Amino acid sequence: MAEAGRRVQVRVEVNGRAHEADVEARRLLVFLLRDDLGLTGTHIGCDTGSCGACTVILDGRAVKSCMLLAAQADGCSLRTVESLAAEDGSLSPLQQAFHDEHALQCGYCTPGMLMSATYLLERNASPTDDDIKHSVQGNICRCTGYQNIFRAIRSAAEGMDA
Amino acid sequence: MPRKEDRRLLRGEGIYFDDRGRGREGSYVHLVRSPYAHARIKSIDVSKAAALEGVYGTLTGGEVAALTDPYFQLQLPPSNEIKDYCMAVGVARYAGEPVAAVVARTRELARDAADLVEVEYEPLEANVDGRRALDPNAPLLHPDAGTNLVWEGSFDWGDVDGAFAAADRVLRIDELHFHRFSSTPIECCGAVVEYERATGQWHMYCNHQFPGMALVFMAPALRTSMDRLRFVSHDIGGGFGNKVIFHTYLLICCLLARKLDRPVHWTEWRTDNHMANTHGNERWFRDVEVAVQNDGTILAYRMKALDDCGAFPRYEPIGCVVWAQVTAGCYRIRNVHVDFTQVCTNKSPCGPNRGYSRLQHLWFVERMLDVVGHELGLDPVAIRKRNYVRPEEMPYETLNGCIYDSGDYPRALDIALELVDYDAWRARQTAEDGRLIGIGIGSTLDSGTNNFAQAQLVNAELPFSGNNEAATVKLDLMGEIVVTLGTAPQGQGHETTAAQVVADILGVTPDDVHVRPGHDSFFNNHVTFSGAYASQFAVTGLGAVKGAAERLASEISRLAAYLLQADPGEIVLEDGHARVAGDPERAVSLQWCAMKVNAAYADLPDELDDLTLNCRHVYRAQFEPLDVSRAYGNLTLTYSTQIHVCVVAIDPRLGEVEILDYAVVDDCGVRVNPQIVEGQVHGATAHAIGAALHEAFIYDADGLLLTPNFDEYHAIRALDMPDLKVESIECPSPFTPLGAKGLGEGGGGGLHAVAAAIQDAVSRASDGIVTDSFNPPERVWRLLHAPGERPVRLVEPTPL
Repeated sequence: MAEAGRRVQVRVEVNGRAHEADVEARRLLVFLLRDDLGLTGTHIGCDTGSCGACTVILDGRAVKSCMLLAAQADGCSLRTVESLAAEDGSLSPLQQAFHDEHALQCGYCTPGMLMSATYLLERNASPTDDDIKHSVQGNICRCTGYQNIFRAIRSAAEGMDA
Repeated sequence: MPRKEDRRLLRGEGIYFDDRGRGREGSYVHLVRSPYAHARIKSIDVSKAAALEGVYGTLTGGEVAALTDPYFQLQLPPSNEIKDYCMAVGVARYAGEPVAAVVARTRELARDAADLVEVEYEPLEANVDGRRALDPNAPLLHPDAGTNLVWEGSFDWGDVDGAFAAADRVLRIDELHFHRFSSTPIECCGAVVEYERATGQWHMYCNHQFPGMALVFMAPALRTSMDRLRFVSHDIGGGFGNKVIFHTYLLICCLLARKLDRPVHWTEWRTDNHMANTHGNERWFRDVEVAVQNDGTILAYRMKALDDCGAFPRYEPIGCVVWAQVTAGCYRIRNVHVDFTQVCTNKSPCGPNRGYSRLQHLWFVERMLDVVGHELGLDPVAIRKRNYVRPEEMPYETLNGCIYDSGDYPRALDIALELVDYDAWRARQTAEDGRLIGIGIGSTLDSGTNNFAQAQLVNAELPFSGNNEAATVKLDLMGEIVVTLGTAPQGQGHETTAAQVVADILGVTPDDVHVRPGHDSFFNNHVTFSGAYASQFAVTGLGAVKGAAERLASEISRLAAYLLQADPGEIVLEDGHARVAGDPERAVSLQWCAMKVNAAYADLPDELDDLTLNCRHVYRAQFEPLDVSRAYGNLTLTYSTQIHVCVVAIDPRLGEVEILDYAVVDDCGVRVNPQIVEGQVHGATAHAIGAALHEAFIYDADGLLLTPNFDEYHAIRALDMPDLKVESIECPSPFTPLGAKGLGEGGGGGLHAVAAAIQDAVSRASDGIVTDSFNPPERVWRLLHAPGERPVRLVEPTPL
């Protein structure tokens, strides 16, 4: 049985705001985000770090937040799906592309897809079709068959080029 | 039209059940589950768990047996003696079956406490092979029933013996097997359940997709009334039929919430979901015989079907008859005999996974057709066109009284073949790199709006018939139009399509129509068959919405006629107003109509007393009574079509299959929202290709699931998907309010097409026959290099 009592202080910047939390040492990052910080856009879909629904960007890299302890994010800067829309609530170009191309149905994998796509487009403004498919190889979707997700990412990339 | 649902989902503001209850201290459920596929539970000691600081309480099977009654069974005696509770009582019958529950202050503590529960098991022999289940020495799962048989029956239509005697040839296929898999939605099941002691009311914030049916099972079990069980769902992360039979877990939560007098929060783990939620039915087709003419006309078939429904029939044995909606597939076969047997084994219970029971049967029909064509030397396109139901025959009554409402299979096939440039692929059957190229066709039907009277074919005593859904459309005081549905959507865009239909009828834009997301029993807007399942929303849900909107339009027109001193027949609704046709100045706003009825009605005449502007409609699908003795009659209202064509390349050294080209042509009648329709086609195709090549629930001999989570179960991913070429034709249904036919499940076309394509490639190099729906590289390799004895034989017909 794990050491239930041990606690840690975690200081983390999420979507530009500083947070401090006192949590169990074994608390996963995804639970810190969802349960402690109330940011429920990041989702949990599996136990083995396989589905990608929990993808966030940590210090500039796309990571699976279910595969990190909250403690490992101490001192880090995180972005979640809640950071994508503008201050006034309007959708980002990538989100708009997902909407226009019907790249989501149930919406559960969508935050993870958006963060993986964000990570791609911030590093590669002209991705090939292959780049696009690889960018979401770690994100499982059961609704869309991926076709419209590829189209949406392509459309967002082309919008960036223009 | 882009979807209304998207905004909140894209911003991470969807409300899934696990998102509720933020900011208040919760209590979390963790389940102790049997590690054995079959074991007697000798003792359970929860004392150490209960003593752990932060633990609020526990629940065991013994308490469950005292507090609840077993779920009622649909099948006939003696199989209806099966005792199915929400937890194992005395015996665990599948690995993963819940044995005890612990509730604690945090998720982590609940897991710690569960580790402290001490269960003493006496392992029993397990049976994981459905084909052994009826052997005399097979382990018996349910001593109360005295048999592992869940259901058996025979179906006989036409003149089967006569057709076999008249045939030119008879083809025998020893055995075909459809494997076990499911749709594995990314959101697992779960609930936040509260109990109000004052009123005896439960509130279940969950993601159940078929609340109407869940109530029918849960209320008697919990010894309460249906109204005391409130289902609330908002956003659901995928269903595909995998969120239908988990009412057993909801019952555990209800008991805990009442016992501990606090809300409980249960989230299913992915591993739990794969082991112990919903598997699709596994089915064998044995001793298949097909009566054929030399020109490829199929006169008849007979076969024995064996279905393995896992440890408990939970939606079963309905699957034993649902396939009869598509007995002959897309074909004009008029003589069929099927002996159907369903058994239980020490595996996860089965539920109505996407394509439920029709998927298995249509795969069999397509395989049969392809094998026949190959044995007779006929092209797979030619043999299909010879046997397809013809468009001019629609509506077409099948051999067992089902009515195919509309469709044009030859045209859909031609378009699909053109999309992949079939002739070009045929010309090059071997790739430059030495791989074998195969082309396969999968013709399939997606039957929707089923007649629940088919339950009578399983058990004539079951009182169900028809199908229904409810909707309310109201015009509020400030002129707001609000729609409430009985469905529980999991991504199908109900808010959007419902808004489209209402907007058209009331003369407003979809943006003016607010559709409440999700399901809530307290909307009082559900009926017995309420939910989102079985490819029917476009018919039942939108039928209810249309009916409610039309009632509201009629009320508005009558009021406007009075206010404008016109005839109701002269009133048109447009731009948020009720106007006299041809005289646009004579108009009254919808908002003013609402004001009059709700707050200023005193001067209205008596004949307008019935106006409420709050209109509820129950759509009822029209079916004639079934002829139960002959299993004859209309089992489903609509039949969407999907024709799939798949081109594969197989590496003969490794058995690896790559899809080089793929086309789908679908027909769902009038497409209310083409973008949503196409999305469903993509998704169904992905599920089917995934199942055909990558996904299987595989058990070892001890009954342990070897693919219990996404590490082992290879759900189809972005890099596995071919680019899909998709087109549609529209053959409107004459039977539905909008001419639309339900779609969503898809009929598993990808499974049929991929099997056919693999067969086509294999046939270039060996005489192996594809007999399984799951073809990973090892199996394909064996077909090429070690096919074994051929399971297919052509014989001379036996005269009568």
